[in-house]
Amino acid sequence: MYFESLASVWYMDGHGFYVWLAYALTALPLVFMVWLPIKRMQQHWRWLQAEQRRAAAATANQASVMGSDV
Amino acid sequence: MAPVGALLRAVRRYNTSMWTFIHKLGSPPWFFGFSGSLVRWLLPITVTLLLVGAIWGLLVAPPDFRQGNSYRIIYIHVPAAVVALAGYYVMAFAGAVSLIWRIRMADVTMRAAAPVGAILTAIALVTGAIWGKPTWGTWWVWDARITSMLILLFLYLGVVALFEAYENKTAAARACAVLSLVGTVNIPIIYKSVDWWYSLHQPASIKFTGESAIDASMLYPLLLMIVAFYCLFVLALLLNMRAELVWTHRESGWLKQLVGDT
Amino acid sequence: MPSDRPLLSLRAVFLRQFLRHGRSIMTSPADVANPLLFFFMVITLFPLGLGPDPARLATLSPGILWVVALLASLMVSAKLFASDFEDGSLEQLALAPYPLAVTALAEVSAHWLATGFLLTLVSPLFGVMLGLPDEGLLTLLVSLLLGTICLTLIGALGSALTINIRRGGLLLSLLIIPLNVPVLIFGTTAVREAVLGGNPESWLALLGALALGSLVIAPLAIGAALRVSLDS
Repeated sequence: MYFESLASVWYMDGHGFYVWLAYALTALPLVFMVWLPIKRMQQHWRWLQAEQRRAAAATANQASVMGSDV
Repeated sequence: MAPVGALLRAVRRYNTSMWTFIHKLGSPPWFFGFSGSLVRWLLPITVTLLLVGAIWGLLVAPPDFRQGNSYRIIYIHVPAAVVALAGYYVMAFAGAVSLIWRIRMADVTMRAAAPVGAILTAIALVTGAIWGKPTWGTWWVWDARITSMLILLFLYLGVVALFEAYENKTAAARACAVLSLVGTVNIPIIYKSVDWWYSLHQPASIKFTGESAIDASMLYPLLLMIVAFYCLFVLALLLNMRAELVWTHRESGWLKQLVGDT
Repeated sequence: MPSDRPLLSLRAVFLRQFLRHGRSIMTSPADVANPLLFFFMVITLFPLGLGPDPARLATLSPGILWVVALLASLMVSAKLFASDFEDGSLEQLALAPYPLAVTALAEVSAHWLATGFLLTLVSPLFGVMLGLPDEGLLTLLVSLLLGTICLTLIGALGSALTINIRRGGLLLSLLIIPLNVPVLIFGTTAVREAVLGGNPESWLALLGALALGSLVIAPLAIGAALRVSLDS
């Protein structure tokens, strides 16, 4: 550990603003870079699940209609 | 002769297994399963590496004797720049594979690599500018490396924009493959020419990232961060590819079965 | 469908295509004059913007002349394959039993003769207007002669990639400006070196290498790009 106190970590001998700004501006896009495709995948996945349920419901419906006919 | 025969057999076995692996990579269902288990491992590893590297670089490593603490930006600036450049070659290689063998998975790879590379290039530029303020006194200097990164950003944006401009996505992938291959031929020339241009216009004394030896206490976190950024690139690439695959294969039987199982 | 006509040699194909495209350029002299006029007008803007101080203009003139030449080539390359694409003759070329790289190179050569080459010929005039010292004029001429070959070929690649895209103009500049960076650097450095009394030969040699390299690689890429555009 190089720094003695939390305040000196924050201040970094006057360079704190630049260092923390750079790290913040890096962390933000990196998090989005990973989070966005995960989110997109989940949305697609849910949509596909809903689609399958709809299809299953439709066939079940059809089967019950056919059953009542006979 | 027995050891030689065993060696040859081992090489042959390795060769066939390697080629089977490469062939399998081209099949979307297999790739989807493989990448799924890879991502599950890679995500925690990447996060850990990034956190350890950042804490090491920010808090543990000693300050630079000339630049003080502002040099700590190196731990994100250099890895982002290194991986951004490597990402262009990944993209161009995928483009070549897609052009020559018409493998759809290569299209997906190229499509996914472009925005990730562009973001990393932008990160390298922004952190470079922030680093410049305490070091040179201005936000922007037409330094050789920064200028090269700016041109790399344009190259990436060109590929992204060209892909978006085509309505037929198969044609878009082939057009982007041609463009990224030409860009690959050009990148070394661009880097060298910008380097010469800079050294002609600036006295060498201003160059602060010289070839001076870097101390191990500063080097190890840097190497760690470079590895972490490579992992991150692969992770983002795989995640983007998986999201793309789920959508383009929504009518396929294998995906329907996978969705049904969950 | 078998044709009773024998296949032409590649040289004959090249020559035929070159003359055909050259003739079509000759029918619209305005298209030839436009880039020169553009060059002239933008050159006029610089003294107006920077002030008429001859010494300052002289130091900036190599860069100004080269940047404006680059912009002029950017402007004309958007239209390179457009008319052929619209009237369907590009489709005919793609179906013809000759490599598209050769026929495309013929068109690009004719185009270069009408734009880049002409621009090179008149460039010393504009150099004199901007106060470029006499030592730099010959280097300017040679560097532009070699450099416009690269600029035209790269512009043709951008044009081939974007002909089938609506509003492709802005995209075209995004695609080809980064690829033109080395040409610009070598060209301006050669002229500046000559003005400062140095030896520009090494920079001109680099430009020549770039021109030869792009003559080899660009036609193949242009051919592939044209096929992609025609397929989409």
